[in-house]
Amino acid sequence: MERARIAAFSSSEAGTGSPQENAQENASDRAGCTLARLRREIGRLEGEGLALGGEGGPPRVPLGHPGVDATLQGGLLRGALHEVFAGGAQAATATGFVATLAARLAARRPLMWIRQDFSERENGRLSMSGWGELGLDPCALVTVRAPDVEAALQITADALACDALGAVVTEIWGETRHVDLVASRKLTLAAQGSGVAGLMLRVAAAPSPSTAETRWTVRAARSPPRPSGQGWGAQIWGVPVFDAHLVRNRHGQTGQWIMEWNCDECLFRDASFISAAAHPQPVAAASDDRPHQAANLALRRYAG
Amino acid sequence: MRCGGTPVDETPCIVVARDHNALVISALNDAATRLGLEIGVPLANARATCPDIAVVDADDAADARMLSDIADWCDRFTPLVALDPPHGLLLDISGCAHLFGGEASMLAAICDALKRQGFIVSAAIAGTAACARALTRARPGCIVAEGHEATAVAALPVFTLGADDAVTRGLRRAGLKTVGDVAARGRHEIAARFGATFVALLEQALGERDAPISPRKPVPDYIAEKRFAEPVATDTVIAATLSRLAQTLIDSMTRDGKGARRLEASFFRTDGAVRTIAVETGLPVTRVEIVERLFRERLDALADPLDPGFGFDLIRLAASRTDDVVEAQRDLDSHVHDSDEVAALIDRIAARIGGSRIVVHLPQDTHIPERAMLAMPAQHHLATAAMAEWPARAEGEPPLRPLRLFARPEPVEVLADFPHGPPAAFRWRRVFHRLALIEGPERIAMEWWRLGDRDDLTRDYFRAEDSDGARFWLYREGIHRREVVTFRWFLHGLFA
Repeated sequence: MERARIAAFSSSEAGTGSPQENAQENASDRAGCTLARLRREIGRLEGEGLALGGEGGPPRVPLGHPGVDATLQGGLLRGALHEVFAGGAQAATATGFVATLAARLAARRPLMWIRQDFSERENGRLSMSGWGELGLDPCALVTVRAPDVEAALQITADALACDALGAVVTEIWGETRHVDLVASRKLTLAAQGSGVAGLMLRVAAAPSPSTAETRWTVRAARSPPRPSGQGWGAQIWGVPVFDAHLVRNRHGQTGQWIMEWNCDECLFRDASFISAAAHPQPVAAASDDRPHQAANLALRRYAG
Repeated sequence: MRCGGTPVDETPCIVVARDHNALVISALNDAATRLGLEIGVPLANARATCPDIAVVDADDAADARMLSDIADWCDRFTPLVALDPPHGLLLDISGCAHLFGGEASMLAAICDALKRQGFIVSAAIAGTAACARALTRARPGCIVAEGHEATAVAALPVFTLGADDAVTRGLRRAGLKTVGDVAARGRHEIAARFGATFVALLEQALGERDAPISPRKPVPDYIAEKRFAEPVATDTVIAATLSRLAQTLIDSMTRDGKGARRLEASFFRTDGAVRTIAVETGLPVTRVEIVERLFRERLDALADPLDPGFGFDLIRLAASRTDDVVEAQRDLDSHVHDSDEVAALIDRIAARIGGSRIVVHLPQDTHIPERAMLAMPAQHHLATAAMAEWPARAEGEPPLRPLRLFARPEPVEVLADFPHGPPAAFRWRRVFHRLALIEGPERIAMEWWRLGDRDDLTRDYFRAEDSDGARFWLYREGIHRREVVTFRWFLHGLFA
């Protein structure tokens, strides 16, 4: 709760609001949280998506980030294959990005996560505590450990053909010759047939030709800077921020955005907007590789 | 039934085993017997008798494996096969003999088949296991009618009962040479001298009381099998046979309102090898197509493919675990349909790569991060996991636990401003990370009430972000000056 209050206070400060307005915003923020929680609760009871329908809903799932949704013409397409590439050091960031995309696409239906044995040793296993902290539902997750890439792809094709699933994530580590045009064509056809979203997480691999609907490269962005006058330190420990680059889009433009995952509402937000609101003074425009020009200081905050 | 293992050969050959620090003969062939050797003679004596005798070391493990293989082969006669080490097998043929044309022809069939495979067999059929075992040692080929056990074993020497050496020796010294002699004495005398266990054995041999055998495998609930006059070896015939057997099996299960949770297909090769392949399902199976598909997946994915050799002469399909089938209305409630489909998918994947590789997660009531979740096979815990209560996250808080957790925390080298201060930079997997943001410490104490945890050190966790935005979960082990003098640092997880 501490942090929520801080955020609300600083944003009203940017708008030069009076104390009454501050209190109102504070209350509305809290009401927003409650609303999101209730909406999720109802979603769980009905077994449906949050804001989107289950089977009869639109085939495109909005991500919540206005720029991304506009570029994607409404959102990510269900019943298609999406690829996310990341460097070896960005494995956890890419995992978070894919997990949040998959949760948006799955919409409370079961989610199947297929990975290799090696991936678990290299980057650690998925932790359900962390999964829950992102606002995702650990109950809906089924994890498969495939002995090799071939088996992983075969299981993915099988899983994509099962229309009771919400999304299927395949995590493949490193370059491999098994993931080629033929394989991705097979997966795309399976996804189109069933309407299940397929997500391919490629860690430590370079993008290669495929039949994917969208292809992303993702890396971690710095946490937003700490609002002035709020404790000490240049930054606060915030929600995950992704520097996502849409490098291929079959049906539209490409682009690059700083996306922040809102764990309460399970939606993406534009992170540059928030950081601007938190920082009244002008900040340099977000560059590709270093979005936030914060002082490189190791400062700390004792908690707990 | 009893079978002993050396093929007939003309060169004398003995098997030696170590007994009280001396090598003695534990088995020998006919040629060696003709030289005057017998079981229990020291190797030195045997060498003195015949200097060029072939000597083989005893291998108990291989013997046990061979016996177990023979027992597998015997499954074709009855599902109840028990081991009677070191050289015996007990088959409960109640209700099976008529399938092979009566007890006499069944006994002949078993003995002939084993002799063809190069074993020396002595077998007998009787009302109790102890009686049959005694007969195999003195009167092989004997079939005792119900109620005539006492007369059948009366003339046999006492060693045939298979009691301890001490008991057998004691009986011989007491002048009781045959089982009949022992039976004629009062039971209380025998019990006082040789113990109640021996009396029980004696009574079992005489048919006065019975003890059940302990079969190697539980008896399947339902069995369907197909015997072939000519061995079959082609995949198409095997697949067709499996589907016919599945039809028969499911028909008989449907009559009882059951569905199969575990199915075993056994392939009996003509040369005696038996291969059993099992598939498990999360929900009771009631459809032939599902059984066919599961076995197809399983057979395709076998690392060691099914080798028909010269062909299979018997294929058996058994439902070793069954459950009641609850019929749910499918059309109105789409959720039931969906969860069934997911369960079927999980079954198929499990058939291909193994049930332990496809898991769901259950919450555990603990603060220790690596124990907070329990991965359980999805086939059996899908419904439990869907209802699991995970701890609720605090609204408005950023993630405080990492998304990826290392099963084994990885040691890192840390640079800190002062010895027990938070880290300023660290090196992990040879990469240097300068930290821009540190939050912590969050202290997690080990659970002292667990036996293995008493010596584990308290951990102070830090959430850290490096200058590139990558986020880590680090901890240092121990409390400064109370538990440790110098800290060791570990990386436990990675935040998104």
